[in-house]
Amino acid sequence: MLDDRGEKDLLRLITCGSVDDGKSTLIGRLLYDTQLVYSDTLEQLEQDSKRHGTRGGDVDFALLVDGLAAEREQGITIDVAYRFFATKRREFIVADTPGHEQYTRNMATGASTADLALILVDATKGVLTQTKRHSFIVKLLGIKRVVLVINKLDLVGYSQEVFEAIRQAYDTFSTELSLKNVNYIPISALLGDNLTLRSENLSWYKGPTLLEYLETVLVGDDNDELPFRMPIQNVFRPNSNFRGFAGAIFQGKIKPKDSLLILPSMQRATVKEIVTADGNLSEASSGQSVVLTLEEERDISRGDLLVATDNPPQIADRFRATLVWMSDQEMLPGRPYLLKIGTRVVPVSFESPRYEVNINTLEHLAARTLGLNSIGVCHGALGSAVALEPYTKSRELGGFIVIDRVTLETLAAGMIDFGLRRSDNIHHQDFEVTRDARARLFRHKSAVVWFTGLSGAGKSTIANLLERKLYLHGIHTYVLDGDNVRSGLNKDLGFTDADRVENIRRVAEVSKLMVDAGLLVLVSFISPFRAERELARGMLAEGDFIEVFVDLALNVAEARDPKGLYKKARAGQLPHFTGIDSPYETPESPDIHINSESLAPETAAEQIFQVLLDKGIIT
Amino acid sequence: MPRLSNLDRLESESIYILREAVASAERPVMFYSIGKDSSALLHLAKKAFYPGKPPFPLLHIDTMWEFREMYQFRDTIASESGLELIVHLNPYCVENDINPFDYGSAVHTDLWKTEGLKQALDAGRFDVALAGARRDEERSRAKERVFSVRSATHQWDPKAQRPELWSNYNTMLASGQSLRVFPLSNWTELDVWQYIKREGIEIVPLYYAKPRPIVNRDGTLIMVDDDRFRLEPGEIPEMVSVRFRTLGCYPLTGAVRSFASTLAEIIEELSYASTSEREGRVIDRDTPGSMERKRQNGYF
Repeated sequence: MLDDRGEKDLLRLITCGSVDDGKSTLIGRLLYDTQLVYSDTLEQLEQDSKRHGTRGGDVDFALLVDGLAAEREQGITIDVAYRFFATKRREFIVADTPGHEQYTRNMATGASTADLALILVDATKGVLTQTKRHSFIVKLLGIKRVVLVINKLDLVGYSQEVFEAIRQAYDTFSTELSLKNVNYIPISALLGDNLTLRSENLSWYKGPTLLEYLETVLVGDDNDELPFRMPIQNVFRPNSNFRGFAGAIFQGKIKPKDSLLILPSMQRATVKEIVTADGNLSEASSGQSVVLTLEEERDISRGDLLVATDNPPQIADRFRATLVWMSDQEMLPGRPYLLKIGTRVVPVSFESPRYEVNINTLEHLAARTLGLNSIGVCHGALGSAVALEPYTKSRELGGFIVIDRVTLETLAAGMIDFGLRRSDNIHHQDFEVTRDARARLFRHKSAVVWFTGLSGAGKSTIANLLERKLYLHGIHTYVLDGDNVRSGLNKDLGFTDADRVENIRRVAEVSKLMVDAGLLVLVSFISPFRAERELARGMLAEGDFIEVFVDLALNVAEARDPKGLYKKARAGQLPHFTGIDSPYETPESPDIHINSESLAPETAAEQIFQVLLDKGIIT
Repeated sequence: MPRLSNLDRLESESIYILREAVASAERPVMFYSIGKDSSALLHLAKKAFYPGKPPFPLLHIDTMWEFREMYQFRDTIASESGLELIVHLNPYCVENDINPFDYGSAVHTDLWKTEGLKQALDAGRFDVALAGARRDEERSRAKERVFSVRSATHQWDPKAQRPELWSNYNTMLASGQSLRVFPLSNWTELDVWQYIKREGIEIVPLYYAKPRPIVNRDGTLIMVDDDRFRLEPGEIPEMVSVRFRTLGCYPLTGAVRSFASTLAEIIEELSYASTSEREGRVIDRDTPGSMERKRQNGYF
């Protein structure tokens, strides 16, 4: 059953189905029938079948593939598992993903690397909501080939009519979804009909067995014919004479003397050598890991992309994408995250979703955020322009992951619909009277002094004292105060996490305009989240953002309670109150740290005034 | 250009993973167990960083009970590779003479290997540890990520692993976390053997069959490698032609009867093998789910 040359090719597939469609049985059976189950494993399987099996003592093939002890106990699969089997012609990697609805994330993960999807349907139940959901994810993740495996034919008397009815129902649905290359194969995984061997019971079926199909299906690997793309992983400088750029060729081919474009810098370069440990190559193509040297000296680092000069990908700092949210922590519009595309990591933030997709009905729903396992379409803005491509053109340069800035967990996967260059649609107007000119007129520089701290810590008191001092000093100032802004500009916003993020984003944008107008802006907002304070800092030039942490212990603030708010919050009349049932994230390295318990507000204002003098913002 | 073969693809993917792992690591290290998978991984690492050397040391978690031929092989390979070799011995085990005969396979392995590994990773402040584990080895490994996040105490939480899509790996670490990286995740046992043959990679001679002094303990063929082995009264080692499919502590590693003395014969034999390679490992069979538990506690 196996040969020793290792020159077979590889097919990666995903199996999807609902809980009782017999998916694990199917895979277990494929492993068993291709004789990849060893006798010691089989012995354990027989033991396990007696302990946990659902087949009354008979061998339960599903137990072969249910990996973790926790799932063996519960009888469900809870994560993506990868299985391996081989025939004379091919090696196979199967991504086995669970079928319950809360596990969209696992299916998307398994689908991202698959060439082909097996979607299982129980012949006694037909096309179900889950079948549609799985098909939608298969389409979304760009799998090119689908087999609808109609299982449990034994339970419907191997009826051709049942098979045909399901086939027709799915055909209508898959056409709606514009899913192409769908095949239909009837089987009984439990009894082994039409899996690896033809079955008398299905004599009306003239097509290939499931295994025959998997062994012979052409997996269109035409990546070599596409324009060259290689993200840079590392720059190798083992000695002063050698400077090579390491990466895997995602698509296309390359030869010495070929011209390349380096993105996003748009420099041109010429390939000198294709270096590998097995000697220099005269040509390399998609799928190969190589090191390139260039004729010219070029400034290239990890995250850059080398591409063919014709047909380069778009460079964009805004895009529209479909996001599959994979974390308990919901997506907050405006919150800064990190995005990894190719080998580049850049800051990103998303707008409110244009819509969320109900994956059961495929309807578009209005949404303000995205929660675990939801799929939505959003516009995103990047911290700097990167090279990207629509996902339908390139899985590797159109697929990205979203990473939390603090925990560094992977929060979501995204598929680029299209890139937008900000300058393509909004033209920044340059005016002759600049910020510098205004600074000369006002005789001081502009900046933002950002007060953060719990309610009642003394932010507004100190801001007020500071502004009075600055006014007497002839400085043009303005205070943006939480309560005041919330009664006007932000009166449409509440106190959920999403609204708090938007609240701060707007205030940061307004401060930025005011700084441009030449004002010294004092912002007095609780601003509880580190990420949004960093967002505000990031929107302003280096040195324009001065973070003042007005630090007062919660119990002291609560005891002071100047506005009586803590009392109300404790009584449950003010939900989402910072410090009570909504978190306050302490600044890690504020520019100025005010201990509000021991320091009088006048002294605090004096201290900040001094810092502004020291920084040369005022003189 | 013909389509890449399966081995070409696997090789290229492993090189990609090795380069990603190193790009983000501050102090990477490669776990070197002297076995065939480690040999293949070291070969891949040399290719990945050519024309330079792999930018990490090799770490061997020693138990003092491995086959003598393994130690010889390790020292030769380490000096040939030009890489630093760190050998760690759990001082507690040395002091208390922990051995498989008095303490049993589970305690012996846990203290020497699992605890020893954690000590060595902490001592070296390694943030990224590369290892040659494969997903086809054992059921609980089938769900392991290529880049697997461990907590500050080296715990593996199967429910808190990052989703991995495409070849877009999240290699970022919060403070205290570390990564275990498995570049051979998608290889099968047979792939490794075929690759060793194709590339002419050196392996410990114990993998080739030859007559060796063997005792039969409940059906497991154990090689008597030195005079620390405790023979039962009247037990006399017999010369049997055997080879090993996996290597480890010699009193805990079962041999298989075999005459396969070349790579071609090994591959031929494997193609018709009816037992898995872990059959010979005494530790895996102690209790059901023992591999999964070991991993949660910090083993590879």
